[in-house]
Amino acid sequence: MQSAEVTKRILLTGGTVIDPQKGSMRRADVLVVGGRVEKVETGIPAAGAEIVDCRGKHIAPGFVDMHCHLREPGREDEETIASGTAAALAGGFTRVCPMPNTEPAIDTEAQVRFEIRRAAEAGFARLHPIGCCTKGRQGKELAEIGSMVGAGAVGFSDDGSPVADPQVLRRTLEYCKAFDVPVISHCEIRELAEGVANEGLVSTRLGLKAGPDVAESAQAARDVLLAEFTQGRLHIAHVSARSTVDVIRWAKARGVQVTAETCPHYFTLTEEALADFDTNCKVNPPLRAEGDRRAVIAGLADGTIDAIATDHAPHLKGEKEAEFDAAPPGMIGLETAFSLGYEQLVLGRTLSLADYIARLAVAPRRILNLPPAAVAAGSEAELVVLDLKAEWKYTADSVRSLSRNSPFLGRTMRGRVTAVLLGNRFFRF
Amino acid sequence: MVQCGHGPRFRVHEVRSPEPAKSGVQNPESRVKVKLRSRHLLGIEDLDRSEILTILDQARTFREVLDRPIPIVPALRGRTVVNLFFEASTRTTTSFSLAASRLSCGCVNFSKATSAVSKGETLLDTARNIEAMGVDGIIIRHASPGAPHFLSRHVKAFVVNAGDGAHEHPTQALLDAFTLREKLGSLDGKRVLMVGDITHSRVARSNLLCFSKLGARVAVCGPPTMIPPDIEQYGCEVFYRLDRILDEVDVVNMLRVQQERITSSSFPTVREYRAFYGLTAERLRNLAPEVVVTHPGPVNWGVEMDFDVAEFSRALVLPQVTNGVAVRMAVLFLLAGGEGEVRS
Repeated sequence: MQSAEVTKRILLTGGTVIDPQKGSMRRADVLVVGGRVEKVETGIPAAGAEIVDCRGKHIAPGFVDMHCHLREPGREDEETIASGTAAALAGGFTRVCPMPNTEPAIDTEAQVRFEIRRAAEAGFARLHPIGCCTKGRQGKELAEIGSMVGAGAVGFSDDGSPVADPQVLRRTLEYCKAFDVPVISHCEIRELAEGVANEGLVSTRLGLKAGPDVAESAQAARDVLLAEFTQGRLHIAHVSARSTVDVIRWAKARGVQVTAETCPHYFTLTEEALADFDTNCKVNPPLRAEGDRRAVIAGLADGTIDAIATDHAPHLKGEKEAEFDAAPPGMIGLETAFSLGYEQLVLGRTLSLADYIARLAVAPRRILNLPPAAVAAGSEAELVVLDLKAEWKYTADSVRSLSRNSPFLGRTMRGRVTAVLLGNRFFRF
Repeated sequence: MVQCGHGPRFRVHEVRSPEPAKSGVQNPESRVKVKLRSRHLLGIEDLDRSEILTILDQARTFREVLDRPIPIVPALRGRTVVNLFFEASTRTTTSFSLAASRLSCGCVNFSKATSAVSKGETLLDTARNIEAMGVDGIIIRHASPGAPHFLSRHVKAFVVNAGDGAHEHPTQALLDAFTLREKLGSLDGKRVLMVGDITHSRVARSNLLCFSKLGARVAVCGPPTMIPPDIEQYGCEVFYRLDRILDEVDVVNMLRVQQERITSSSFPTVREYRAFYGLTAERLRNLAPEVVVTHPGPVNWGVEMDFDVAEFSRALVLPQVTNGVAVRMAVLFLLAGGEGEVRS
């Protein structure tokens, strides 16, 4: 991490400014004074400002990762809020929303304040906690959701221990209406999802215990029906299966207040990546078939899937260096998400650049009621500088996260984040 | 105990060279350095047909050794292998131990129950520690698919998969193929039916690959709850009703029903399983005269096979066990790069 430079007056010259809300792009200089955008127009005179040459580069609002795991409190050996938010910035994420499955779980106002304070002390990306739906993620008694919203929590989820009891989920959806926050559902019917891989061609070959895609989509179907019934707001996390995309598309057509995210690995990799028992490809939900991967991309294209999140899940080398069944699920993703999405979705001609940026920057803010994303005069500076022509090799040495559990190490990436301006702090990578 | 004298040399089968192995006049090494493309035997998936035949032909030589009055050769004298078994086993551990001792190879047995694994030691630490004591090969059985593959990336010793979860059990497939070839001559064009819990069977996966590579047409049969998805894409037919296929096959390969499946609603009762999928006395009587029956053991008598099968002249269950020692000798010999100058 390049240490932050505190800047008073900075001028980004010659770049192309992306407005993902309008879906437009234009060549303009951006003048930032005292952490606020003062002007976005062509030909701004330098007038004593520090000049950053952005010719050939793009400038976009900072991204928001609405689903990551920063492990603090509890597993500070795997990741801390400081290391995780530093990795986030390097990936272009100016805001992150860590899931509450820490040890202990984030289910009180005090813990929400703790997380926000730790991020503020670190001074990298900003942090908006996701709080637990139920105390201790036990799926039984509602946590103090209102108090957590007051302290800064922006969404609620029991994450990896999805609320199984439909009555509890119903009450959570209803209760959250008072605070206009979404309930984020990690859709997984435990009894069906028993296993470490997607049930299909590859699990049949490798003999891995496997769970089918319907373990995800059957719960998504139940959850969207409960959202419709309660008129609550539901957000479906890390969509991996074609059948789940279909369920969400159906629910949206009915007018259910449902949104959804997916992760770069679900539109980049398939279950075939498990062929060598690479534990870095063990994730939950599991990597699925090529048909699912294509359906996830189609869901992003038609807006069924609103947002791209990382599900950044750090684990130590020693934990992942194990037999497949014993390795914990998850891969890191904060530093690779933008490039993987750029390659698969923009270069793959699924999304325009502006629409792709909208999945990273606009949709998460809309879902979580964060201030809208814009590189516009009068707003606080929160922007990323992108070099889309860059080709770079993702190596273990470059990883800012404390953990290096990525199957993408060694891969040549397309497009990268070269700088982030957040308030009056300027980071170059 | 090694007998000296003049006997046949081991035939060693060249795999990749188009020319037959030289007699060894110019380069004594050339005739023994055959062999398999991989240093390890992780699964049948990694072997091609000629490699399978190399192992089976080598096994035939060793099968003859086993019939000698003193069935031992010095082929791997000074070498040591370890049986690293994280799951219970009688025949496979014993078979590998015997195979090693018949080759004059040291063999150490490790069992999970009495090891530091019960203190929480990881698989990798266990293997590295044992390797640090100086072993040439690790024979591993583990409940997790891919455990031998994982190990092979982290140790210098050669690794033999003796069963990894529901993934592969390559030496079982090789010994089944050996046994069937002894009985039928060749598997080319033969129809082999595997019956039972295909989903949880490593034997089924390895046998499907092995028999197919040797030219057999393989079918599987079991209740739909025990047939893994998309298995037909690996080149086999799927049947849910045994009586619709039983009279069309040359080989019936029965699989063990694991007791824990009985309580997991894979099928209602043992009685019903036997009625629909068991090789009952009645089905045995109706088999065509040339049909042979195999089973990897241990058998649940009265469940997948009636006791009558034990008396059945074309049941190959015990010859399979005997041949297993010869096949494992061949595997250890080829992987350990044993010397060809072995005399009886």
